[in-house]
Amino acid sequence: MATRHQKSLARLMVAPSVLLLLGWMIVPLSMTLWFSFQSYNLLSPGMEQFIGFTNYKYFLSDPAFWTAMANTLMIVGGVLAITVIGGVVLALLLDQPIMGQGIVRILMIAPFFIMPTVSALVWKNMFMNPVNGLFAWMAKAVGAQPIDFLAQYPLMSIILIVAWQWLPFATLILLTALQSLDSEQMEAAEMDGAGAWSKFTHLVLPHLSRAITVVILIETIFLLSVFAEILVTTNGGPGYASTNLTFLVYSQALLQYDVGGASAGGIVAVILANIVAIFLMRMIGKTLE
Amino acid sequence: MARRVSDRRRWTFTILAWLVALAIFFPILWTILTSFKSEADAIASPPKFLFFDWTTENYAEVQARSPYFRHFTNSVVISIGSTLLGLLIAIPAAWSMAFQPGKRTKDLLMWMLSTKMMPAAGVLIPMYLLFRSSGLLDTRFGITFVLMLINLPIIIWMLYTYFREIPSEILEAARMDGASLKNEIVHVLTPMAVPGIASTMLLNVILAWNEAFWTLNLTTSKAAPLTTFIASYSSPEGLFYAKLSAASTMAIAPILILGWFSQKQLVRGLTFGAVK
Amino acid sequence: MGSITLKQVRKAFGEVEVIPGVDLEINHGEFVVFVGPSGCGKSTLLRLIAGLEDVSSGSILIDGQDVTQAAPARRKLAMVFQSYALYPHMSVRKNIAFPLKMAGMPADEQARRVEHAAGILNLTDYLERRPGQLSGGQRQRVAIGRAIVREPVAFLFDEPLSNLDAALRVNMRVEISELHKKLATTMVYVTHDQVEAMTMADKIVVLRAGRVEQVGSPLDLYRKPANRFVAGFIGSPNMNFLEGEAAAGHGAHAIGVRPEHFQMSKTEGQLAGTVGVAEHLGSDTFLHVQLDGGTHVIARAAGEFPVSHGDRIWLTPQEGRIYRFDQQGLAI
Repeated sequence: MATRHQKSLARLMVAPSVLLLLGWMIVPLSMTLWFSFQSYNLLSPGMEQFIGFTNYKYFLSDPAFWTAMANTLMIVGGVLAITVIGGVVLALLLDQPIMGQGIVRILMIAPFFIMPTVSALVWKNMFMNPVNGLFAWMAKAVGAQPIDFLAQYPLMSIILIVAWQWLPFATLILLTALQSLDSEQMEAAEMDGAGAWSKFTHLVLPHLSRAITVVILIETIFLLSVFAEILVTTNGGPGYASTNLTFLVYSQALLQYDVGGASAGGIVAVILANIVAIFLMRMIGKTLE
Repeated sequence: MARRVSDRRRWTFTILAWLVALAIFFPILWTILTSFKSEADAIASPPKFLFFDWTTENYAEVQARSPYFRHFTNSVVISIGSTLLGLLIAIPAAWSMAFQPGKRTKDLLMWMLSTKMMPAAGVLIPMYLLFRSSGLLDTRFGITFVLMLINLPIIIWMLYTYFREIPSEILEAARMDGASLKNEIVHVLTPMAVPGIASTMLLNVILAWNEAFWTLNLTTSKAAPLTTFIASYSSPEGLFYAKLSAASTMAIAPILILGWFSQKQLVRGLTFGAVK
Repeated sequence: MGSITLKQVRKAFGEVEVIPGVDLEINHGEFVVFVGPSGCGKSTLLRLIAGLEDVSSGSILIDGQDVTQAAPARRKLAMVFQSYALYPHMSVRKNIAFPLKMAGMPADEQARRVEHAAGILNLTDYLERRPGQLSGGQRQRVAIGRAIVREPVAFLFDEPLSNLDAALRVNMRVEISELHKKLATTMVYVTHDQVEAMTMADKIVVLRAGRVEQVGSPLDLYRKPANRFVAGFIGSPNMNFLEGEAAAGHGAHAIGVRPEHFQMSKTEGQLAGTVGVAEHLGSDTFLHVQLDGGTHVIARAAGEFPVSHGDRIWLTPQEGRIYRFDQQGLAI
């Protein structure tokens, strides 16, 4: 349908975005790669030296790195568990005949639209603060000791905050998928004698499996880069207890000025993300004709 | 699921749903309420829920004492600016991919989406250094440009899906009716594409407004949007919860309202079409 | 005015040759129907004439002028699409006026022509509505109206009635035929429904796998099909084919008998069989018969014929109404 003239016009129209994204992909990433092979410290600029894989050796033997890796995986895993299970439950709930469904939905969706810095601070000050927070008050009201969440359970607290923000996303996606379930199929199952649990396991869950996979993959991509919540609440502490890979790169580069080492960390983060991305792209590819 | 539902069942689920919804919404509600309290009331124990002296002094003070308005403006400029800039580049691309797909179009689109999956940690350092040496650090232009780059894949993707939904037969009819390419675009394509473009704008303004990595690292004060501004209050200074609540409420209110209208767009834009 | 000639028109999509080579003459004022099974290339052929697709080779002439390289807008044709393709954001009036606007016609002349077309098609009351507020039949008429106002040299219809329900289809068929009588303009009409083809066409072009099987008037195709495919395609219910002994007896590889050309009797006849399903419509009776030789045929009787499932029946084909086909499927 496209003549030759139209084809070159089409190429021209796509060119700016391709060039920009190509530049965005290649330039900074290759710089990071380059830096990772240098001993580059911002405090002593101009003294960079090529040191091969030394940065990687240090980085990978640094206990902080392994803690950060573990924390990254725990944040991702924890948030995924809460949001996927919670999302399925909430989606099932919202799919029921409820009065005032519109408002209920709006209330449940809201946390996703709060900027991460605000939500982190709200949780930090109003709920988790051991002196003034609501959780502290609730504990005192039943005679228990208030817990300093952010000091004693920093990673769990972060997981809770992030999960609260992402639960609406999972719920919305799963609800959309749920509502595309053919009601006639459910009625046929009922005629075949299936009870509520059977219908759930044999019809609903398989239908949702694709949406759940999408939620998991997309959330993982974003959760690997959790940053603001950590910066604003615990700053990665105490020690490295709540530092994830992204935060480690940030603190090494911009707080400790070790560009070389942090760059090595950055490359590791890229590798990790790419693994997830391969699976996600395969899923998306299946839906594009 | 249309069936005859017993009243008791409906009531049970309604109550359950409302309880859960209120529990989830509670932190936001609490913030809004606290913004109307005096600082003393804000940290009162037992916490005061609804019965306190409502005041708007916090709102007044935040706007008077801090450069709140400047940061609010920055947020507005940066989110709308990056979205418009993105649209400028994305519309031709999405148009050509949707209406004149080639053999490589699908691969191209997938590649564009994959750029969104690059972790920020991987490019933080060079971006920071580049910005520092070129004087773009803490400038509105710099951060707008970066936000445009990270949202470009989503903008292109969403426009692509909306354009594909325009039936090609209608465009063919326009061609048969004697419309030149320009006329086809102006009189037929654009009016039909406007809702899709508006939806894309909506989602991306929201994403840019809430972005909290690049804004935190590439801006400090002059060009700082609300994300950075609020983050600067992370160290405890005591007795300022009410004001923080007021600042927070003002920061989240526009997006909360916009967000309520953009649920469908959210599903379309952020699942990359993998869920219908 | 309105004559279209196709010379060795070929169309390939990449490696796939959809139309190997078509020669066709369409005369001024004719109502020509392209008919054939799904995938036979009839819509593609129409779109080639319209200019919405480029030919791979060959030429298309309209009124003697070579338009093979011309853009659709220049060919002075109008097309009615299967999905109507109305502009959803414009009123009916603006939809119909659009081609005139594109041609730069002055506003008052536009208005006059729109009113005229609306009058012919009974759309005057709906001029201010949007397509979304119209029923299927009304939308179809708006699409036709948009085509009429251009006063093209020929109309192209791409399965326009496929999206309508059965009763509406019958009405619209008549309306389009009457429109043709009134406007006396060439019309090229694509359909998979052979009833539409038979009732509306001056000339039918039967296509299969991109090749023209036969061109002729409806009754020509009915009485003298060139091959087995055309014989089986035209006529409803389909022609019955008998091979083996029955065919050999007539000196052919296979013989064909239309359901309406069987004489039915409960007592005697040439071919014996058992009634399977019997369809009593009152106006006609259709019997699905399992012949003793094993072949399954359909027979039609005018009016009522009281038989039921399981009854014995004898069928005798009318002399002179037996079609003979050789091994290649060509008519003998």
